[in-house]
Amino acid sequence: MGKAVCEIAVEIKNMHGLHMRPAMQFVDIANQFACDISVSNGEKVVDGKSIMQIALLAATHGTKLKIKAEGDDAQKAINALQELVESRRFIDPDSYV
Amino acid sequence: MKFSDFVCFEATIAELQSSRRDDVIIELVSSLEKAGQLKKTAKEEIIKAVIKRENEASTGMGKGIALPHVKHPSVKDVIAAIGKSSIGIDFSALDKQPVYLVILLISPVNNPDKHLQAMENIFKVLQQEKFRKFLRQSRNAEDIEDLLREIDENPSL
Repeated sequence: MGKAVCEIAVEIKNMHGLHMRPAMQFVDIANQFACDISVSNGEKVVDGKSIMQIALLAATHGTKLKIKAEGDDAQKAINALQELVESRRFIDPDSYV
Repeated sequence: MKFSDFVCFEATIAELQSSRRDDVIIELVSSLEKAGQLKKTAKEEIIKAVIKRENEASTGMGKGIALPHVKHPSVKDVIAAIGKSSIGIDFSALDKQPVYLVILLISPVNNPDKHLQAMENIFKVLQQEKFRKFLRQSRNAEDIEDLLREIDENPSL
């Protein structure tokens, strides 16, 4: 049996983009899952569980990212991350801290 | 983006006096103000805002680095000051380790993209262990400036 692989495209919808606080929220959620998670902006692919790597995407408002998860709980991880990025917009859409 | 685009080298503190987080923030904000990068009238407010932000969630990213930051209407462009501590500072970092390198970043309110680019640049470099080591080994502000300008010229060094 091969590893479960899930991939999804999301768009950064909060005004200030993927700055440090949202990046931390992303990494916090990613680390709740056992699967490997990578994030790509088309140019580079980074580790979705590393705060410094996520910051390397410098993802601004409107940026489209691909999130890829590999492992048993891949689907759950993808669902949780999509909810954070697109539905909750990192909880507080327009505040900057 | 290059370090020289947003780092005020004049404000570098090669050996921070304090090992307490809040005092380190005060040292670096004051240094930026002395270097003419911040308005005197905004100094206290910026200090309070940076500390407030830090209390909400630590910017101690691990590996001995902290990146305290805030957006403030009194600055027109992203500006940063670098401070180094050989004793280490308790920044409540993610990895619970002391912080040896502090990069204070003040950004304008209306340019979120530039703030992200500065962050990207900082982490691109500080992810590499050799640069963290070189920075920690720098003896004075000139060493730090030379190193960062060298990285600017040759990022793949």
